[in-house]
Amino acid sequence: MREVAIVAFAQTEHTAHDTGLSEPELIAPVIRAVKEQSGLSTFGFTCSGSCDYLAGAPFSFVSALDALGAWPPISESHVEMDAAWALYEAWVRLQHGDVDTALVYGFGKSSLGDLRTIMTLQLDPYYLEPLGLDQLSFAALQAGALGAPREALDAVAMRSRQDGRNNPYTFDLPLEQGASVVEPLKEWDIAPITDGAAAVVLAAGDLARRITTNPAYISGIAHRIEPHYLGMRELAVSASAAEAARAAGVGKARVDVAELHASFSHEELILRQALELPDDVVINPSGGALAANPVMATGLIRIGEAAQRILDGAARRTVGHAASGPCLQHNLVTVLEA
Amino acid sequence: MGNRCAVIGVGQTHYTTKRMDVSIAGLVREAALRALEDAGLTFKDIDAVVIGKAPDLFEGVMMPESYLADALGAAGKPMMRVHTAGSVGGSTALVGASLIQAGVHERVLVVAFEKQSESNATWALSTHLPFNASLVVGAGGYFAPHIREYMRRTGAPDHIGTLVAVKDRQNALKNPYAHLRIPGISREMVESTPMLWEPIRYLETCPSSDGACAVVLSSEQAVTGRPAWVHGTAMRSEPIFRAGRDTVNPQGGKDCAADVYRQAGIADPRRDLDVAEIYVPFSWYEPMWLENLGFAAEGEGWKLTESGATALDGDIPWNASGGVLSSNPIGASGLIRFAEAALQVRGMAGEHQVDGARRALGHAYGGGAQFFAMWIVGTDKP
Repeated sequence: MREVAIVAFAQTEHTAHDTGLSEPELIAPVIRAVKEQSGLSTFGFTCSGSCDYLAGAPFSFVSALDALGAWPPISESHVEMDAAWALYEAWVRLQHGDVDTALVYGFGKSSLGDLRTIMTLQLDPYYLEPLGLDQLSFAALQAGALGAPREALDAVAMRSRQDGRNNPYTFDLPLEQGASVVEPLKEWDIAPITDGAAAVVLAAGDLARRITTNPAYISGIAHRIEPHYLGMRELAVSASAAEAARAAGVGKARVDVAELHASFSHEELILRQALELPDDVVINPSGGALAANPVMATGLIRIGEAAQRILDGAARRTVGHAASGPCLQHNLVTVLEA
Repeated sequence: MGNRCAVIGVGQTHYTTKRMDVSIAGLVREAALRALEDAGLTFKDIDAVVIGKAPDLFEGVMMPESYLADALGAAGKPMMRVHTAGSVGGSTALVGASLIQAGVHERVLVVAFEKQSESNATWALSTHLPFNASLVVGAGGYFAPHIREYMRRTGAPDHIGTLVAVKDRQNALKNPYAHLRIPGISREMVESTPMLWEPIRYLETCPSSDGACAVVLSSEQAVTGRPAWVHGTAMRSEPIFRAGRDTVNPQGGKDCAADVYRQAGIADPRRDLDVAEIYVPFSWYEPMWLENLGFAAEGEGWKLTESGATALDGDIPWNASGGVLSSNPIGASGLIRFAEAALQVRGMAGEHQVDGARRALGHAYGGGAQFFAMWIVGTDKP
């Protein structure tokens, strides 16, 4: 495959409440930041990820084009998925060889609605959604299936909140369990409601090296989906994450850092096992989704954070992961190398 | 544009107002199975699935690719969901083709659908973000002023829209999948229907349909059956609120056409193409897009329509299938255009086949006439 690298990454200082910014206003600063970082003002391809249901209105991505200043008209597409899949689409597009740069961004304002019940609308509309199973309840089903000891969940949550407090873009959350929400989930096992956005620039071949001294080359990227019905899956493991990790080549060499899109403490445990990450791998030094979770950008931020370690010269080989669908139904794994 | 890509299977459902007999999953699976049958393949032969649809609010299912993974045989495979407004069906085909052109996969199943009977699309399109005034109702309310401006600029006579409405419905009578099949369709019949959004009458607008369309895309080495080769692909987007943007003849459409023509070696689309499937949801968009896509000089599109050149027996048939005016499962409407273009150059369009069609344009547009997706397919390997 053609060498493609992440050469710039930016994210908003995420907020737990609506700050009154429209979506174009939320996106504009991160777009500006990655343009400045990369020195590029136009891109061969642009792709974004967002979800109409967060805004409660159709075409939430349309006004985002105003933030880009898409003039003259640009070659652009959109996935109604986490922007990690927009990055995948852009990586595929760069393989054609006729364009060398791509802009990828994602955004979401979960504060505008009730995310827990909105996510119910993602379930089969005939047999599952009418049951009213909300996001926390189906996550708790998975946590129950895994049956991890409380200490293991606490360790994930504590580490995530501690790391999050050292990350200027994420929240300073109290270092305490909080109340029991849905058995076995406590407050700190659950990713917080978040508004935010992120952007990444991809560049191919030699151009990447001209843009930055330490491009984060995508040495492998793959994704897989599983059956939708929870009863058809072994919830304690993630077959799709494991298969995506194999296809992306995670195990081919030592991993320094892995950023995993775990919206709940137990998901991190499942993902570490699926990706076969040894204990010495640093997991979610950003604090992960448990420290800030701007839905539709969270997965892209994981890849961006993993890339940032290489851009900074702090790591040689990192993994970025994104998830979609109820109970880790759909997983994308990216391996980045210096 | 990377590796060669071909369309080797096409599947459609019979478009209709309400498909009460199937679920959303049943609808998309029906189209997918027909496309696989056409290609002589099964789900096992597919490497990845790309699905597209217009806003999730149309069915009330958020990110439905999650729920539809099983019905489309995607479990254990990569699956993507595209959404680029009305152009989404076209964009979905382009994302699928991109996977083949990049050399990532050998065979990709592309599916697009809308089950409009699950909700009311006009109102789903009229919901705005808080504190934004809703000035229009539905897509017709948005596009009618653009049509009036087109008529003002060109001096086109009032009956041009009627001619398109009649022509596309006559074509639909030859297409077994078309939703609106109106025997004896005539100018008088169209002109007798109520005015919805001046100058758009009831029979000059597209229907609300339930339906799905699927295509199987293949790399050169994985071709089965009769291929339609992809000669060019292009997408363009422009901002909706840019001051000075020409919404009647958008720059994005012109640029997208120029890009796809360059790839396919098309110098004069009217002469070099044999048939075109163009996204015409309101009758007047035929003359407007004839100009935007370079089939006619600026101000002259309506004359081409009036001359009969775009009829099935004209020199450049537009929407031989009956077009969006005859079938409109919104999210699928763009893919239907792309799929019908492929059927034409495969010589498999049945009664609405354009004799000897060897190169065809598929086109879709969306948003405030700001998103464009196009491909050119041909009988010959590029």
